[in-house]
Amino acid sequence: MSQADLTMEGHSAGLTVGPAFSIPTKKLAMWLFIIADTMTFAACLVAYGFVRNGAPDWPRPFHSITNVALMTFILLTSSLTMLLGLRSARAGDKAGAFRWTMITAAAGILFALLHVREWLALIGEGMTLFKNPWGTGLFGASFFSITGLHLTHVTAGVIALIVVGVRYKGGRYNADDIEILGLYWHFVDLVWMFVVPLVYLLNLTH
Amino acid sequence: MTKAEEHKSDGIGKDLVVYVCLLALAGLQFLIAYQNIDITQKFVRMLAVAIVEAGLAVMFFMHLWTERRGFMLFVIIFTISVLLGMQYGWTDSSRMLVGAPFSK
Repeated sequence: MSQADLTMEGHSAGLTVGPAFSIPTKKLAMWLFIIADTMTFAACLVAYGFVRNGAPDWPRPFHSITNVALMTFILLTSSLTMLLGLRSARAGDKAGAFRWTMITAAAGILFALLHVREWLALIGEGMTLFKNPWGTGLFGASFFSITGLHLTHVTAGVIALIVVGVRYKGGRYNADDIEILGLYWHFVDLVWMFVVPLVYLLNLTH
Repeated sequence: MTKAEEHKSDGIGKDLVVYVCLLALAGLQFLIAYQNIDITQKFVRMLAVAIVEAGLAVMFFMHLWTERRGFMLFVIIFTISVLLGMQYGWTDSSRMLVGAPFSK
C-alpha cells in the first residue's frame, strides 16, 4: 500500500469515526431538518410581515380568542404528554410510553379539528385564498398558507406519532425513536408560538 | 426505588415548571393583544415573549441544554444568523406604502 493510500485511508477514517457532535445520526438528521424547517416557517412569516406592513387595508377579522387560546393550550399540553411518553420509554415502561404517545396524537387530532372548524367558519364568512369581505385579498393567501403549512406539520406529526407508537409497542422502535419524534413535535409547538401572535393576535377586531 | 423508577421521576417537576411557564407566557401574549398600545409596540412585545417561549421549549423540552456545548452553539448560532439575515428585505415593505412603484 502506497503512502498516498495510507494517507487517504487515515483521512476518511478520521471523518467517519463517530457521529458528528457525538449524537446519534438519526437525532442529528432530525435537528438538521428542524433547522431547515425553521427557515421555511421564518421565510413565510417574514413574507407575511412584508405584505401586512405594505398593505394599507389589512383586515382584522378575528372577533374572539377563545378558539385560538384553546388550540394553544392543547398544543402546549401535547408537548408535555410527549415528554411524559419519552420519560416512560426511557424508564422501560412500554405501556406507559405507548399510552402517552397516543394521548399526544389525540391532542394533535383535536388541534387539527379545531383548526379546520376555524377555517370553515372563515370560509363561511366569505374568505378565500384571493378575496375576503374585509380588505386586501393577500390576507387569505397568507393566512391559509401559513396556518395550512403548520396544519400539515401537525397532521404529519400525528401520523408519525401513531406509526412510531405502534412500532415501539411492537418492539421495532426504541426510546431513541420516541425522543427523535418528540423533537419534531416540540418544534411544531414552537412554531405555533410565533404563528399565534403574528397571524391571530395582531389581527383581532377591537 | 429501581434505577428505571428513579429516571422516571427525575425531572418531571422541571418539565411541569417549564410547561406552566409556557402557558403563562402564552397567556401574556393574549393579554398584550388587548393592551391599548401602538401595533408596532404590540408586535415587539409579542415577539419578545414568543422568543422567550421558543428558548424555553428548545432548551428544556427539546433538551438542547443537555446536548454537547459544540452542538448547542452550532444550532443557536447558525439558526439565529440565518433568521437575522432574513430581515434584510424587511424594511423594503414600507416602500409599498410610501414609495414607487407600488404605492397607492
